[in-house]
Amino acid sequence: MLVEEIMNEDPVYLHAGDSIEKALKYIDQHKIRHIPIVDENHILTGIVSDRDIRDASPSIFHTRSQEEHLKKAVSRIMSVPVITANPLDVVEDAAVVLYNNGISSLPVTGDHDNLLGMVTESTVLHTLVELTGAHQPSSRIEVKANDRPGELAAVTSIFHRKQMNVISVLVYPGRDDVSKYLAFRVQTMDPRDVIHDLKEAGYEVSWPRIPGLNE
Amino acid sequence: MMQEAAFVYSEKQLAYKLSEDHPFNPLRLTLTYDLLRHIGALDDDSVKAPRAASDEEIALVHDSSYIEAVKAGGHGTLSRGIANNFGLGTEDTPVFKNMHEAASLLVGGTLTAVDLVMEGKTGHALNLGGGLHHGFRGKASGFCIYNDSAIAIEYMKKHYGARVLYVDTDAHHGDGVQFTFYEDPDVCTLSIHETGRYLFPGTGDVYEKGSGEGYGLAVNVPIDAFTEDASFIENYEKALEETAAFFKPDVILTQNGADAHYYDPLTHLSTTMETYREIPRAARRVAHKYCGGKWIGVGGGGYDIWRVVPRAWAMIWLEMTGRTDLLDHPLPASWIQTWESGSPVPLPHNWSDPENMYPYIPRRGEITEKNRKILEKALFHIRNENKSGPTPSPDQP
Repeated sequence: MLVEEIMNEDPVYLHAGDSIEKALKYIDQHKIRHIPIVDENHILTGIVSDRDIRDASPSIFHTRSQEEHLKKAVSRIMSVPVITANPLDVVEDAAVVLYNNGISSLPVTGDHDNLLGMVTESTVLHTLVELTGAHQPSSRIEVKANDRPGELAAVTSIFHRKQMNVISVLVYPGRDDVSKYLAFRVQTMDPRDVIHDLKEAGYEVSWPRIPGLNE
Repeated sequence: MMQEAAFVYSEKQLAYKLSEDHPFNPLRLTLTYDLLRHIGALDDDSVKAPRAASDEEIALVHDSSYIEAVKAGGHGTLSRGIANNFGLGTEDTPVFKNMHEAASLLVGGTLTAVDLVMEGKTGHALNLGGGLHHGFRGKASGFCIYNDSAIAIEYMKKHYGARVLYVDTDAHHGDGVQFTFYEDPDVCTLSIHETGRYLFPGTGDVYEKGSGEGYGLAVNVPIDAFTEDASFIENYEKALEETAAFFKPDVILTQNGADAHYYDPLTHLSTTMETYREIPRAARRVAHKYCGGKWIGVGGGGYDIWRVVPRAWAMIWLEMTGRTDLLDHPLPASWIQTWESGSPVPLPHNWSDPENMYPYIPRRGEITEKNRKILEKALFHIRNENKSGPTPSPDQP
């Protein structure tokens, strides 16, 4: 899945000369945490976060005394340069950028740094949830397999024989170097037969693992 | 005179047979009906034939493209690829002959029950052929094609302007019904089920509470594997009582899946008939306290069709008709004789289960504690609202 498929294509933005007060109003009104700053050609020039804005706002204990700060331009508090995403980035790469930089929002820009949209941490997380299939009715079955070609095909052929639709597959490394865990979400309410067949075929079924039953 | 309760049933309901050796076996209906006949708890006047639901009624919840696909499937004109897009033609919900007609009769049965209760012809009504809570707007899932309960709720809203409390005690989360009304301020769904960590459909987390105008009106109590009677009943009764007091429904619809029993092959809970005795008892109490007695019951899951389902479902009817005194007698020998040759397991002789039916569960204390914490989280917003909530009414200073 690509960033352009999940981005908000109509983000709220401000210009460098707009006041901090306006930024404060926007984050409250739109329930957002980041506002991209663009110039007259819609080129991205900076970004302000709710934290930048709150740092610049008077404390609730200092009512009225420092309100003149809010009249200053957002350019005084915006961050530059901005970490951005390309619309053709895959979603998991966008997640890596968010994670590595410890940030929670990415403006999406075109070839001329023109602002095209925004993706946020929560959209990316929601997309990853969709990719795992965790929001769809399914039974989760996890199989330990050897880390060699053909294993995934062999395991999925067992689901195929049972006419079971696989909603998602995740492959992740085992504790040793020679095995992988294959985590399936399968569209069935009755996984007993297929678990039996997997074991029959020599696979270790590592989930469902129920305390007191097989743990 | 108004009848106390109606039992919606006809042999035609048995046509909802997904495949020869499918765990969702309609023989359960016959076994239950026959048991009630043998103990003399079901007379001809109480039995009402179900009607079929119209396409228009089914479309209260389901997409018309899906209804067309189900029809085509049942008439042998649906391609595999299209079937799979609608969740049909799988091991769970295979395509079978006249599946639309069979499924719409189950929906119509629940609507028959609804009309009897809402028109005041009977206080309670039971359609054990219903309770297909996994059906989604455009997708079959978990043995369910049309979601009779969701359709019935939408029907009650539309025709009777009713606020409906849906109570689901199936061991699986009532996902189809919950998500149909997730943003609806006039429908409250309560589901107590085995945690989705180990069990289909995987949803029903305690933090699923509804959204938008329906926020707070989805209540989920996911309980731990190996939960036993005492903890199940404690969580169920508190959740039901407090949710009903909070929501103040006009009518309750209970889904009575009977698959939380120790014997059930698909789930990992450890309740006994004791739980199935308490479920309808509390439902009736709540119906009388908040809804003038209006209570519609439907069936649901239940995969030990010989030992568990007939007793559990018969208990709902005995509660509805105030004949629970019959539970003091053993099961009738005539019923046992009729069916024992067909049963792969010895049939029970009593309404309750023997003590020591299953080995002692060492984690009992831990499970009970875990379930209590879950209940606290499930009811947190309700209890919080009650504390700070709207001004108390004058008669309750």
